[in-house]
Amino acid sequence: MKAPSFDYVKVQSLPELLGVLVERGDDAKIIAGGQSLVPTLNMRLSAPEILIDINGLEELKGIAVADGYLRIGALTRHYELGRSDEVAAHAPLLAQALPHIAHEAIRSRGTFGGSIANADPAAELPACLLALRGRLVIAGQNGERTVDVADFFHGLYETAIEPEEVLVAAEIPVLGGGERAAFDELVMRHGDYAIVGLAAMAKADGEILSDVRLSFFSVEGKPVLAAAAADAVNGKPLNEEVLQAAQAALENDLDPLSDLYNTAATKLHLARVLTGRVLSKLASGGA
Amino acid sequence: MSTLYPVTVTVNGSPVTRHVEARLSLSDFLRQELELTGTHVGCEQGVCGACTVRLDGRITRSCLVFAVQADGGEIETVEGLSDNGEIDDLQTAFHERNALQCGYCTPGMLITANELLKKNPSASRAEIREELSGNYCRCTGYHAIVDAVETTGRQRQGGAK
Ligand SMILES: Cc1cc2nc3c(=O)[nH]c(=O)nc-3n(C[C@H](O)[C@H](O)[C@H](O)COP(=O)(O)OP(=O)(O)OC[C@H]3O[C@@H](n4cnc5c(N)ncnc54)[C@H](O)[C@@H]3O)c2cc1C
Ligand code: FES
Ligand code: FES
Repeated sequence: MKAPSFDYVKVQSLPELLGVLVERGDDAKIIAGGQSLVPTLNMRLSAPEILIDINGLEELKGIAVADGYLRIGALTRHYELGRSDEVAAHAPLLAQALPHIAHEAIRSRGTFGGSIANADPAAELPACLLALRGRLVIAGQNGERTVDVADFFHGLYETAIEPEEVLVAAEIPVLGGGERAAFDELVMRHGDYAIVGLAAMAKADGEILSDVRLSFFSVEGKPVLAAAAADAVNGKPLNEEVLQAAQAALENDLDPLSDLYNTAATKLHLARVLTGRVLSKLASGGA
Repeated sequence: MSTLYPVTVTVNGSPVTRHVEARLSLSDFLRQELELTGTHVGCEQGVCGACTVRLDGRITRSCLVFAVQADGGEIETVEGLSDNGEIDDLQTAFHERNALQCGYCTPGMLITANELLKKNPSASRAEIREELSGNYCRCTGYHAIVDAVETTGRQRQGGAK
């Protein structure tokens, strides 16, 4: 199908964007890469009166390292994230996740910020941010504010961004000494949204993992940290027994939503399979 | 009547200007305004890949970009890539290997496969399948397409045309 009629404005500065957002309120919708928004317009699931194109905003571009944080502008395209040396060095989890996001032609246009703002429960990047303990920089009429990722995702497609605000960037603590990343997901076909996915970080001292963060996506309405499973692993050498304890603990951590193809029980099982694979990867050096 | 927006783009090397509605997709712009019907439209949701074009040097779903957004941009369609010879070898291999039946998916397959082979002419069959996983074919069963892409990659590596 074709998108319904709408007006279009390509804003040239952040103040101009914020002005239009205030003026047009609920009638307006920001378009970044359009790779999630345009399908919903074409399917007529959404019918904004005006699209505000933010692709010209320099304030939202670029990747930089400062004060112990890797800052990724909201308008960074998926492919730019994938080829960035800074990202590979300071947030290897993102580099590992990237090839799993859609396909080359979608990664050409889709943006980092669009994926975070969209908060699709099956998206890779929100779960990575949660495992990475990132924070989000949001701009509005009263200037900028920073929200910790733990307070950012509210539920299915819902975030802390208010209607008159825009996501400017994410800031991620740079990889610490001994920190490792591992990522995996289960899909029907390469590039599809995951049935279940896991983005993980840990500190490693030989075989012993600590500060383990297991961030699951496509399980609940938003990415979720499995705290009990992490506790079962923290501070112990990873052996079969510890691994099984972590897999068993997932029952307390996850409350999976069934979908068209998979029951909640199947998803819990698949989460355990992924936990086994990802913890083993972390213990053997990450990737 | 909705507002019309000016769009100036370079398509296959030629500059064009039109005034279009904001809701007009780049795929419909190419097909309806410019009568470049080699760009096919299947799903209009980004899923099937039939509408793939090159926008400012990168492959893109033309059903997920509005023509107004492409203003100032450079677009290459399957017509352009076939006229300038860039995909000659791939087209020949598709023909010889029977890698198309109805041909609906073919423009998107050619453009996507060409991009893969430019990066990695020695791509394995698994890598070819992975890269083409965003392009649907309802006829061939993909096997012949993978054959054609693999053959072209080998030729390009060998320096043969
Ligand atoms: C076939 C297909 C397969 C895909 N597969 C995957 C996949 O496997 N994994 C995955 O994660 N994604 C996938 N995607 C989605 C893709 O990653 C999108 O690029 C991403 O979800 C949204 O980014 P965007 O820049 O395209 O956002 P847009 O579509 O432009 O916007 C999405 C939403 O976010 C809002 N928004 C965008 N930027 C901002 C901002 N800076 N501040 C505030 N609000 C903003 C918009 O108003 C809109 O509501 C797929 C898409 C397609 C078409
Ligand atoms: S028509 Fe664009 S991807 Fe199917
Ligand atoms: S040849 Fe018919 S869809 Fe591919």
